[in-house]
Amino acid sequence: MSKVHVVTNVNGEPREMLCEPQQSLLEVLRDELGMTGTKEGCATGDCGACSVMLNGRLVCSCLTLGVEAEGADITTIEGIAEGSQLHPVQRKFLEHAALQCGICTPGFIVATKALLDRNPNPDETTIRYWLAGNLCRCTGYDKIIRAVQDAATELAHEA
Amino acid sequence: MARVVFPEHLLQHTGGTREIEVQASNYRGIVRAVDKQWPGIEQVLIKSAVAIDGQIYQDAWLEPIREDSEIFFMQRIEGG
Amino acid sequence: MAEARDYRAIGTRPVRPDGVDKVTGRANFGADMTLPNMIHGKVLRSPHAHARIKSIDASRALQLPGVYAVISGADFPSGAEGEISGEGGGTVSDLAKNIMARDKALYHGHAVAAVAAKTAFLAESALELIDVDYEVLPPVLDVDTAMADGAPLVDEHQRTGGGQGDAPSNIAAITKFERGDPEAGFAAADVVVEGAYRVPTAHQGYIEPHACTATLDEEGRATVWCCTQGHFDVRSMTAGVLGKSVGEIKVIPSEIGGGFGGKTVIYLEPLAVKLSELTGRPVKMVMSREEVFRATGPTSASHCRVKVGAKRDGTITAATAWLAYEAGAFPGAPVGPGCMSVFAPYDLDNFRIEGFDVLVNKPKAAAYRAPGAPQSLHAMESTIDELARKLGMDPIDLRLANCADEGTHAPYGPTFPPIGIKKCLEAAKAHPNYTTPKAEGTGRGIAAGFWFNIGMQSSAEVRLSEDGTVTVMEGSPDIGGSRASMCLMAAETLGVPYNIVRAHVGDTESTGFCNVTGGSRTTFATGLAVVQACEDIIAECKQRAAMTWDIDADQVDWTDGEAVPKPGVNIDVAPLSLADIAGNAGRTGGPILGRASLNAQGAGASFSVNFADVTVDRETGKVDVLNFTAIQDAGTAIHPAYVEGQMQGGAVQGLGWALNEEYVYDNNGVMENAGFLDYRIPVASDMPMIDTQIIEVPNPSHPYGVRGVGETPIVAPLAVTSNAVSDALGFRISDLPLSPPSVLAAIDAHDEA
Repeated sequence: MSKVHVVTNVNGEPREMLCEPQQSLLEVLRDELGMTGTKEGCATGDCGACSVMLNGRLVCSCLTLGVEAEGADITTIEGIAEGSQLHPVQRKFLEHAALQCGICTPGFIVATKALLDRNPNPDETTIRYWLAGNLCRCTGYDKIIRAVQDAATELAHEA
Repeated sequence: MARVVFPEHLLQHTGGTREIEVQASNYRGIVRAVDKQWPGIEQVLIKSAVAIDGQIYQDAWLEPIREDSEIFFMQRIEGG
Repeated sequence: MAEARDYRAIGTRPVRPDGVDKVTGRANFGADMTLPNMIHGKVLRSPHAHARIKSIDASRALQLPGVYAVISGADFPSGAEGEISGEGGGTVSDLAKNIMARDKALYHGHAVAAVAAKTAFLAESALELIDVDYEVLPPVLDVDTAMADGAPLVDEHQRTGGGQGDAPSNIAAITKFERGDPEAGFAAADVVVEGAYRVPTAHQGYIEPHACTATLDEEGRATVWCCTQGHFDVRSMTAGVLGKSVGEIKVIPSEIGGGFGGKTVIYLEPLAVKLSELTGRPVKMVMSREEVFRATGPTSASHCRVKVGAKRDGTITAATAWLAYEAGAFPGAPVGPGCMSVFAPYDLDNFRIEGFDVLVNKPKAAAYRAPGAPQSLHAMESTIDELARKLGMDPIDLRLANCADEGTHAPYGPTFPPIGIKKCLEAAKAHPNYTTPKAEGTGRGIAAGFWFNIGMQSSAEVRLSEDGTVTVMEGSPDIGGSRASMCLMAAETLGVPYNIVRAHVGDTESTGFCNVTGGSRTTFATGLAVVQACEDIIAECKQRAAMTWDIDADQVDWTDGEAVPKPGVNIDVAPLSLADIAGNAGRTGGPILGRASLNAQGAGASFSVNFADVTVDRETGKVDVLNFTAIQDAGTAIHPAYVEGQMQGGAVQGLGWALNEEYVYDNNGVMENAGFLDYRIPVASDMPMIDTQIIEVPNPSHPYGVRGVGETPIVAPLAVTSNAVSDALGFRISDLPLSPPSVLAAIDAHDEA
């Protein structure tokens, strides 16, 4: 099978890569670009550990083909912090102890940022339903929800 | 004399005896004395946990035994 | 020692040392390893739950360009000896056969061959070209069938342990506990309640699939990177399966994406080492989610019968329990701890407990959080709830009337030291969520939980840098914030700020032996090693200060991170801080490090009381949890946020098991829901906030009173849910899960009757 040349933009930087037609965006990010912050938990779109932004939309990168990245803007967990400054969502996850093992955390942070970008003041129910596509087996979600609420409050004050 | 109690899973090795009294100053002495009574049981005992006066030990080799100590052999516990 | 006291660092909630790496995607987990020249391994799994393997022909697979090697059971040494740690124990020989089937495939998904190829995709394609000739055998799929006369045998060589004759049997072992005269106790009872309860197989459900990368050098020395709860155990198990010495294997733990007991055993590591040996290249193996479900340790499904008799005033006069647990294809269900837990919250004079470790054609059960206790205590705590109803007593009052306490002769033998069950019950009774009456149309359930907690072996080394900053090196993989707890205990002991201490998890060659992170032992046992290593540092610092001041070391005190002359020592000197002493270490005798290695004894049992309010939709059978309150004795909470996190996470795992999670098998033993879509673990929108209250009854065997908290939280939620749903419906559904289809079926059956 011949590989496909793909030109894309990851976290604001132009990237070129050769992908096999069947490779998922998740595999391409991890195996071709070495960006292992995006995690695989299921490869069937059920767990959200591989969440990335594709042209401003939250997607499971395991359900997206690498070749679909052609000409796209992709944001991964590696692009959430601004330089050496953690994004408020990242900081609040730390302050609230909203992670235990940390494998689901990149997906939750990308998904939370996507939520707060479109809805700066979500109520608890909205947060719980928005994050229902991200599985966490360690925390029982309580501290994650509180971290998201606190991040929303802080971002609202900054705005 | 310390009181030594065997749980159900050890009774096949003690011919059904549930409890004996043993004179020993440490755990090693207890195991030796029990093995003297039922040769070979030491190999099973060293795989058991033991409670000495309520305190659970997975490996009690170093523990002293008081004159009136209560020694319960029990299954090992680990966990998730 | 260990009475409640004021601490400076302990009890605070700082950010964990590994936190930034985990929120930025920099932390490396099991599947994140890449090595030059690396190739990929995949496993061929049995399509039958029970089959004799007549032949394996890999010639077609090996012809595929880019396929480097194929292995099967014949490539591994037979007759491996020794025993492995873990719940119910087990032998290296069984472990080896679970990792790669030999003459028989014993469950659907059992590994029968493995391939190494240039890419994972190619390796996967090559699996389809391996020809295996099976003779399909009838599978045994539940404990009742397996224990019946004439059942097909999972293992024709299996005899029942415990002296039950010499006929082959699926019953691998029988455990019994007995005290007093249960029959007389029941005869003296005014009320007797009994029931049978089934709990289905559930999976630990860690989000990170098993993964490892292995290389073998020209001298036969292997290096393995993997996600595990205990890399020293990976080393010994891998060595055992491969017939190597532990000295030939180095294991480097990655970060670990959840385990809950499921990553205390191994599946891939010996295969990757063997494939590396045959190909001369590093081999990476990563399981798919489907493989995780089909082939890695779920917990035991169980069938439990419990009977309890009591006087009118609630005093329990007798209790019996009959517990049958599925071990899977090899002996070692956690039925022993199930038996030892079932009556642990109670002070009983007359009881009998029988437990059966039963082979079935399903994956070998692995530890899952308080292994064995959720199943048996679901049965007991459901029975106690029924008893409270019959007696017309508040369920907390009934438990208070019978609960164990310091001095109680525990059902499994020893006499309890100080324990927290009574305080948890009293706290529950006074809790605003309990004193607030339940809302109209809802049901409330309450239950107690328990886990022994364990100690075992740990090592730690603490090093002072020249500016007085502190490095802690230990060997317990950090699965939920333990580095933060180690730093807090080190900061507390040394009397220095938390932020100058960093904890690291070393590999098998850079730190001393540590048993697995499991059994709620890490904060207790590895914490104890860290505290002792810090005390070693303090002793050395006092020595150095004494030398500097020309006095004796026993004339020096260590106060608030500084060496000072003892009161009454007549000498006019300024205190020497840790940084002063560290900066001068070269002149006073060289670098300063402290170390400790121990086999920790005296782990303190942790009891809990949980309660919740639920609604049941009678049209759909759906149960909604409105609120949940978890109260647990932590001994001392070193980092309260992570203690709460354990309580909340365990509660939601227990709720998931109670409400939805189960392995659904067809008649051939094929799991029909091997993915997160159909094996439904709780998602954020299913759950309420989980309220927590930490009770602190310090463990006298730990300098800071730590008991360990991780196991207990999963235990009570099963019966809490059953009891709440029964309260809402007005009748009991004994079996789990209380998923919409089963609740609806029970409502329909009840309405008809």
